[in-house]
Amino acid sequence: MAPGTRTCAGCGAVLAARMLLKATGKDVIVCEATGCMEVTSTQYPTTAWKVPWIHVLFENSASVATGVKAALEAQGNNHTQVIAYGGDGGMVDIGFGAVSGALERDDDIMIITYDNEAYANTGIQRSGATPFGASATTTPAGLESQGKKQWKKNIPMIAVAHGSKYVATASIGYPQDLQKKIKKAMQVKGARYLHIHAPCPIGWAFDSSMTIQVAKLAVQTGMWMLYEIDDGAFKRTMTPELKPVDEYIKLQGRFKHLKPETIKIIQERINASWKEMDNLEKCGVNLRTIL
Amino acid sequence: MEDLAKFAADGKLKAKFLEVESEFSAMSSMVGAVAAGSRVFTATSSQGLALMHEVLFATSGMRLPVVMIVANRALSAPINIWNDHSDTMAERDSGWIQLYTENVQETVDTLIQAYKIAEKILLPVMVCMDGFILTHVIEPVDIPKQKDVDEFLPKYQPDHAVLDTERPMTFGPFTYPEPYFDLKKDMEEAIQDSKDVISEINEEFANKFKRKYGDGFIEEYKNDKDTVIVALGSVCGTIKEVVDKRKDVGLVRIKCFRPFPTEELIKSLKGKKTIIVLEKAFAYGLGVGPVFAEIRNALYPFTEKSKFISVIAGLGGVDIRVIQINDVVDKSKQMKDGEVVWMKT
Ligand SMILES: Cc1ncc(C[n+]2csc(CCOP(=O)(O)OP(=O)(O)O)c2C)c(N)n1
Repeated sequence: MAPGTRTCAGCGAVLAARMLLKATGKDVIVCEATGCMEVTSTQYPTTAWKVPWIHVLFENSASVATGVKAALEAQGNNHTQVIAYGGDGGMVDIGFGAVSGALERDDDIMIITYDNEAYANTGIQRSGATPFGASATTTPAGLESQGKKQWKKNIPMIAVAHGSKYVATASIGYPQDLQKKIKKAMQVKGARYLHIHAPCPIGWAFDSSMTIQVAKLAVQTGMWMLYEIDDGAFKRTMTPELKPVDEYIKLQGRFKHLKPETIKIIQERINASWKEMDNLEKCGVNLRTIL
Repeated sequence: MEDLAKFAADGKLKAKFLEVESEFSAMSSMVGAVAAGSRVFTATSSQGLALMHEVLFATSGMRLPVVMIVANRALSAPINIWNDHSDTMAERDSGWIQLYTENVQETVDTLIQAYKIAEKILLPVMVCMDGFILTHVIEPVDIPKQKDVDEFLPKYQPDHAVLDTERPMTFGPFTYPEPYFDLKKDMEEAIQDSKDVISEINEEFANKFKRKYGDGFIEEYKNDKDTVIVALGSVCGTIKEVVDKRKDVGLVRIKCFRPFPTEELIKSLKGKKTIIVLEKAFAYGLGVGPVFAEIRNALYPFTEKSKFISVIAGLGGVDIRVIQINDVVDKSKQMKDGEVVWMKT
């Protein structure tokens, strides 16, 4: 990516794109969904993309990628990586049908969500990936509301339920881990799914100098867990001694309304989830063949 | 599509056959594949076309030569599976070229021409054939020979823009008002300019394959009477039978609806006493059918001399019979200008 994209200061999503392309090299075609990245990186007649890039609509980047890949294969090109790329709104919610279709068909593409936990481009509306308790413009905190009522939709696990050979979560706070996973995914044939946590200073209301710190804290508190599911084998790629979730929450305006009892609910959920991940890892269940 | 799948499965069709989960994704993957430099085909109908709506505008706006057959069928609600033109008429301003065919032979021939048109002017083309009436019929069809088709339509080689790692380009960028406005105007100019291309390709096809459908835009059939019926699609076969039997009415069939054949229609309809527009769609809230409205608009400078009747027929697959068409032609003599007839037995 060329410098000079028009993202906000401290944008996590543009870092995700940069880290992604550093890992893939130039032999890629990126199919991008409508959202912050598309709007800020391609203002006609300029572009920040030094690789072939196509944007069509909000909810179809996965099926556009399917078409691109099919054309390359028909032309005898079996080396170029085709990436479907989009925000959580585009991939987890409105475009999930296309993502699910490509996963089910096992189309030979990499499907990557950069997750800033809201529809950031249009003003921080809640998405299926917005965490429980976060205030978003369509689930605002108020006298009778503690923000979003539902837990974050677990797309990586839904992806592996399709039988995908490689599924991983990553964070812009841990670039080496992220790039290692991208490189690994590139070695796999078929539909691969990666979910990159990418904090958004505007949407989450934290100072733009703290993006990386917030990203790291998400992992260190267990609000975002790093793992990969390689051919069905679940493995955490980072197992920190978890810090209290409060350390993550208190940095962000979107959580500032949370009462101690709500934070406690979140903490308990993290603890339970972390324990289940332990179990999952230890029991060695193969998540592809269990299906 | 099932037959194409079988051809591919048997290795007779050298193509990638994509089995996507929705019509929305079908059109989306077509956009991706054509942008990556391959020739593509898909087919849909009714709700499927409606689901593609958003992608249709992206396809034309990105100037990508996708070709599709639409088997025309009614739109829900109420749900109904039979033929009419409400699906494609709802997409008439999507920037796609729309060609309506009268029979299966014409559909085959038009499809071959459609690729040539699309690839030359860089706009998508939909070939509209009547659902059931043409899609579920047995009719002798001459399938042109592969060699002849290959000569007429050589391998697709995009030289304008293609997703290529050697020559990276950005497709579908975010665009501010000024260039957006210009690009949209360019698109309309391209659609208008396509008329020369359509005409040329119509002649070229006729020379090579010895079949021709009017001038590529309209087909006049015994249009030397005071009264004329204007219609699209397979119903023209029925209308021709009416025209053959009576001496007071002719037919003008619109084959190319986008670009709209304004000059051709003026030439063929100017000075007629009665112009009966028979169509299988309605512009709800406008009070007439969409084709009627467009014809009246095209003939505006000459309207004083003519009486225009809007006949709405065949919605949801209602049969259109010779006897009803005869009846309308008879009654049209007493009707007032602008009258709308909902024709049903
Ligand atoms: C069908 C449709 N609905 C709504 C929009 C408007 N829209 C553009 S981007 C966007 C939000 C994108 O959110 P997300 O996918 O999370 O990406 P982000 O903006 O956060 O990067 C919306 C709602 C659209 N382009 N298309």
